[in-house]
Amino acid sequence: MATLTVSRPPFSGFSFDNCKRNALLEAEANKVGCGLPAARKTGTTICGLVYKDGVILGADTRATEGMVVADKNCSKIHYISPNIYCCGAGTAADTEMTTQIISSNLELHALSTGRLPRVATANRMLKQMLFRYQGYIGAALVLGGVDCNGPHLYSIYPHGSTDKLPYVTMGSGSLAAMAVFEDRYKPDMEEDEAKQMVRDAIAAGIFNDLGSGSNIDLCVITKGKVDYIRPHDEANKKGVRTGDYKYKRGTTGVLTKMVTPLALEVVEETIQTMDTS
Amino acid sequence: MNSRGLRSQLKDSVPVAGLCPQGAYGLQDSLRSGFSSVKNELLPSHPLELSEKNFQLNQDKMNMSTLRNIQGLHAPLKLQMEYRAARQIQRLPFLQSSNLALDTLKGSDDVIGFEDILNDPAQSEVMGEPHMMVEYKLGLL
Repeated sequence: MATLTVSRPPFSGFSFDNCKRNALLEAEANKVGCGLPAARKTGTTICGLVYKDGVILGADTRATEGMVVADKNCSKIHYISPNIYCCGAGTAADTEMTTQIISSNLELHALSTGRLPRVATANRMLKQMLFRYQGYIGAALVLGGVDCNGPHLYSIYPHGSTDKLPYVTMGSGSLAAMAVFEDRYKPDMEEDEAKQMVRDAIAAGIFNDLGSGSNIDLCVITKGKVDYIRPHDEANKKGVRTGDYKYKRGTTGVLTKMVTPLALEVVEETIQTMDTS
Repeated sequence: MNSRGLRSQLKDSVPVAGLCPQGAYGLQDSLRSGFSSVKNELLPSHPLELSEKNFQLNQDKMNMSTLRNIQGLHAPLKLQMEYRAARQIQRLPFLQSSNLALDTLKGSDDVIGFEDILNDPAQSEVMGEPHMMVEYKLGLL
């Protein structure tokens, strides 16, 4: 009979039980010469802009896994609340789960206060959570929305620092996108001009950074209305084949033709019932 | 009211690691916990491990001391008394209880965090052996 031990209930939340084993496995793998599989990152260009009536968020749609494109059309602009959206760069799973948790918390908070949630609330919740995990949650976010105090735009870094600015870019293509913004930004722009500028910033990231690519998604948030344009611009379309390798009928000449009919008779017929309930 | 025997209280209050491996028959379980070494037991396996284990405790301490500074000694004392009362409402020792009263008091019933999604104790695949758990709780072990 095996010995019986008194077990404590497992602790909820993150469990660090496998850390030592993983470190050991990684050391063994590196000794042999191969590495452990890489987490899927979004290697991204995301940006945000405050214009006359509200906030515009833009993102590319490529997700990479090391040197391979894992998803050609992933959605990086996440819903937080009806008036707040958040773009995420960094580890894809981290950005997804973080934005979903904050979205749920904001919803509960809004039900408790009875008011439309504010962007500053979402910002504070995100920065407190990211600081608690000391940067191990790799989520770099651009948070934008319109609330009772007007349009707001924040950038949030994985370690928990935030910046409140009129235009922000994040991700591996952030420098290319920021170059476009720094050149052409003016306060209080019109919607079309602002959309064109965000599109150009993301396109700069797509064409000049290997980690970003595919299409451009836009999200225009104004007081009372959200326009989620996906895709706004298909900057990278897959090429159309111009030639065809199929041969036309009659290309090969027919010399003789012989037809032999096969006489088949039904020997046995069975019915097997399937359980399709 | 305090139905836990003296021995179980003493055992819980002095956690001694490293002297008794956790596997069956007291042998080291290499598959689940890796190779044994004294360094493994003494040092945390991840920089966040200690911080996460004590996070809730530290938050509570901070909140209680803020409350004491603002409202006086009676406020944390009353709250602690209510927490203690709510913590006594539990199911049998080997079953996971919902802690609904405690959650409502603490205000964590309208907050979602990683502790509600990952490793939810209510959905754990293993359960303590009922007889052992009850005997341990009563101090008969």
